[in-house]
Amino acid sequence: MAPPRNRRSGFSRRAQYGLFLGYVGAVGGMLIGVALLLLSTFNPPAFAAVRGFFSEITTPIASGFTWIRTSVAGVPGGVSSYVDVRGENARLKKQIADNELLVSRARTLNQENRHLREMLKLRDVSTDAVVVARLVASSLGSTRRYATLNAGNWQGVKSGQPVRQPDGLIGQVTETSPNTARVLLIVDPESIVPVRRTRDGLPAIATGRGDGLLDIRSASVATMIFQPGDTFVTSGTGGIFSPNIPVARVIRTSRDIAVAEPSANPDALDFALVQQTFLPEPTPSPTPSPSSSAKPASAKK
Amino acid sequence: MTDFIPLGRSEKLPRSIWLAPLSVVLGSMMTLLPVVATVPFLPPFGLMMLLGWRLVRGDAMKVWMPVPLGFVDDMLSGQPLGSAMVLWTLAILMVDVLDTRLVWRDFWQDWLIASGAIAMVLVGGRLIAVPFSAHVDTALLLQIVVSAALFPVIARFCAWLDRDKKQN
Repeated sequence: MAPPRNRRSGFSRRAQYGLFLGYVGAVGGMLIGVALLLLSTFNPPAFAAVRGFFSEITTPIASGFTWIRTSVAGVPGGVSSYVDVRGENARLKKQIADNELLVSRARTLNQENRHLREMLKLRDVSTDAVVVARLVASSLGSTRRYATLNAGNWQGVKSGQPVRQPDGLIGQVTETSPNTARVLLIVDPESIVPVRRTRDGLPAIATGRGDGLLDIRSASVATMIFQPGDTFVTSGTGGIFSPNIPVARVIRTSRDIAVAEPSANPDALDFALVQQTFLPEPTPSPTPSPSSSAKPASAKK
Repeated sequence: MTDFIPLGRSEKLPRSIWLAPLSVVLGSMMTLLPVVATVPFLPPFGLMMLLGWRLVRGDAMKVWMPVPLGFVDDMLSGQPLGSAMVLWTLAILMVDVLDTRLVWRDFWQDWLIASGAIAMVLVGGRLIAVPFSAHVDTALLLQIVVSAALFPVIARFCAWLDRDKKQN
């Protein structure tokens, strides 16, 4: 390749200054970058608003990609079901004739089913679910592990809320904007989840490793206590994650740290459930027993 | 516009003026692909487009352009804000310094320079973003190798986007 033309700017003062100011701009911008970097290192949520603005713009794009992916993935199934449908139709028509007698019974069953479903829905509402939303993208090129959730402030998502799947814990909301939220996955190197062993309630701490696995450290002093196959659930310590969400299963142990794989496979993530932050009820303080017993007594009078 | 337009050259601006920054931003937006991954595997397409433009067409972008482009990339990539702003500018300044040393470059040297710059930015980003004890180095190495292997494609793509330059 030939040497670049703009290396020497010639005798024009204007061109010389332009080139020089370009470099001044580059170095100045770099210094601004260093300042922003220091700020965001020591105060990670500092630029949440700016980032939220960008994710508001980009998340619809990511959602569109997700929609395309799911529809393209559904094409083979759609084609084969269309081919199957003709034979199935004939068979079903015959079956309907056979099943005329069963229709009334099926109707009652249907009715019953609907009632049960409504009850189920009612129970779902009464739990601490905030919203069910799709995870549409993640930090694919970065060593940090974030995912973007397609629901935000307006859907009731708040920073700090845990995010889970039926299989287990996924992560925690770190930043929200009106329609999107940023989820710190539990496999991120800076994620810490207080857990306990299901077998005996041994308290431990699960930290992300960055390679899709988790490190389990015992919160007590004992060593060599983990065994492969040990499962861990959230303990509720700290008040963020509600207890008994599956977190990880130990696959190998080394000295005092166990390596575990997360219960919810993030590669297969699709819909995720955002839960309320778990705040354990304040324990009744034991000391002022006479006054607390006196008060009800006075109320009774 | 401080650019000097020699006699006989058309005054129509090459489309790389707007296409180069746009393609870098689109490269950064590759991270919006609907995949939730447990390890970083996607090559930094924004950076690769930037280096591709810089090495294929040195005057396509001003020397300070990596600062705003890095800002956009930081917004999308999940790295702490400022890391791409600093590292991308550093990479471009390094390419500028190398330009004054090796005057005539072949594509092999371009490839080597780009691979070095990509490796520098990714390793720098890893040191900034995650604690030293994190187990991300294997994935990072893989990411660097994949990015270096993909760079010729990106460079050809930049040259293809820039093909209007030869016609005038």
